[in-house]
Amino acid sequence: MLGLAADRLRADTNRLLAFLFHQGILDEQFLQLQQLEDESSPNFVSEVVNIYFHESEKLLRNLRSLLMDRELSDYNKMGIHLNQFMGSSSSIGAKRIRNVCVAFRAASEQNNRAGCLRALELLEHEYCFLKNKLHELFQIQQQRVLAAGVRYPMQN
Amino acid sequence: MASNGGVTWRRTEKIDGFNFSPNDNTTGEVHVLAVDDSLVDRKVIERLLRISSCKVTAVDSGIRALQFLGLDEEKNSHGFNDLKIDLIITDYCMPGMTGYELLKKVKESSVFREIPVVIMSSENVLARIDRCLEEGAEDFIVKPVKLSDVKRIKDYMTREFRFGEEKERSRKGINKRKLRDSFDDLSPSPPSISSSSPSPPQSQSPTPSPSPSPPSVLSASAPGSPSPLDSPTRRPKMTSSE
Repeated sequence: MLGLAADRLRADTNRLLAFLFHQGILDEQFLQLQQLEDESSPNFVSEVVNIYFHESEKLLRNLRSLLMDRELSDYNKMGIHLNQFMGSSSSIGAKRIRNVCVAFRAASEQNNRAGCLRALELLEHEYCFLKNKLHELFQIQQQRVLAAGVRYPMQN
Repeated sequence: MASNGGVTWRRTEKIDGFNFSPNDNTTGEVHVLAVDDSLVDRKVIERLLRISSCKVTAVDSGIRALQFLGLDEEKNSHGFNDLKIDLIITDYCMPGMTGYELLKKVKESSVFREIPVVIMSSENVLARIDRCLEEGAEDFIVKPVKLSDVKRIKDYMTREFRFGEEKERSRKGINKRKLRDSFDDLSPSPPSISSSSPSPPQSQSPTPSPSPSPPSVLSASAPGSPSPLDSPTRRPKMTSSE
């Protein structure tokens, strides 16, 4: 019974990951991060991703307030934030977010406010989606740890 | 030979086949100084290096890197790389001091200029790569950094130490990387995930031996002496726009 639960959870993990890769939301850099997890660092991925979430939300807030300032849209500063966002997104394998950043940056370099606004909305949407999916992934993984922990004593 | 306050005999102690000296760097461990303003990237590079059996010190700016090295106040007059930094890996784009500026400062220092410096950047810009190599960077990695990148750096550091042919080898290494990258721009590369098992201990000699053992490139040469490897013509010729 518990063995089945562990199998189901593993299948859920694989299905979710397959979906994220197939949709181009994540790329192989995310796999690379998973490879860096081991007994000495079992929560590496979620730790890095949580730092990424924290930083991303700050960047998104900054981008929004820069764009909302109709008087003086500081495109230069937007570019700096976008470079940061691009860099960290690529480091965790958040491919789609990174691609939206590229488009956003292009619009900012042309001082295209409408284009920037569209890109920002898309960015916020992609970010929310990724955050939800990764939280889901981490939840499943936590359940797997619990399921594994309960199983072992009974095997003896 | 570097002496670290009376622990020179630690080298002979073996625990399970490893030289275990947590307080000094006369073990086979390479000590890397990582510089990146992004916390996410710092975490990743730290982990990549640690899993590759490197000791890591990660700082968030070029200024802090110089402070750590003792280069910021021009007071480092005793001529030793006390910290035994074996490699500096730095992001290119950073607020304040860029990785390029940090590279220049390191290469201008008589004490630290022999430390290999690797530049990381999320942009694959040939002019940028050129500039860094001109200034003496050992290698240039396009982000995101992968385990295979760290392994490559580590490999040539060991060879470099052993054979002293750093210039030739890194030249080839850089060309390979750039070619690979230009192909990467066209098509997605297969996941380059190498095994995460730590590489074998760096010290090859089982017996304690004089200066050639320590992995630090710097301890092999006398302090403050000009390096014969500082040839200005080391940079590979490439067609690029300035």
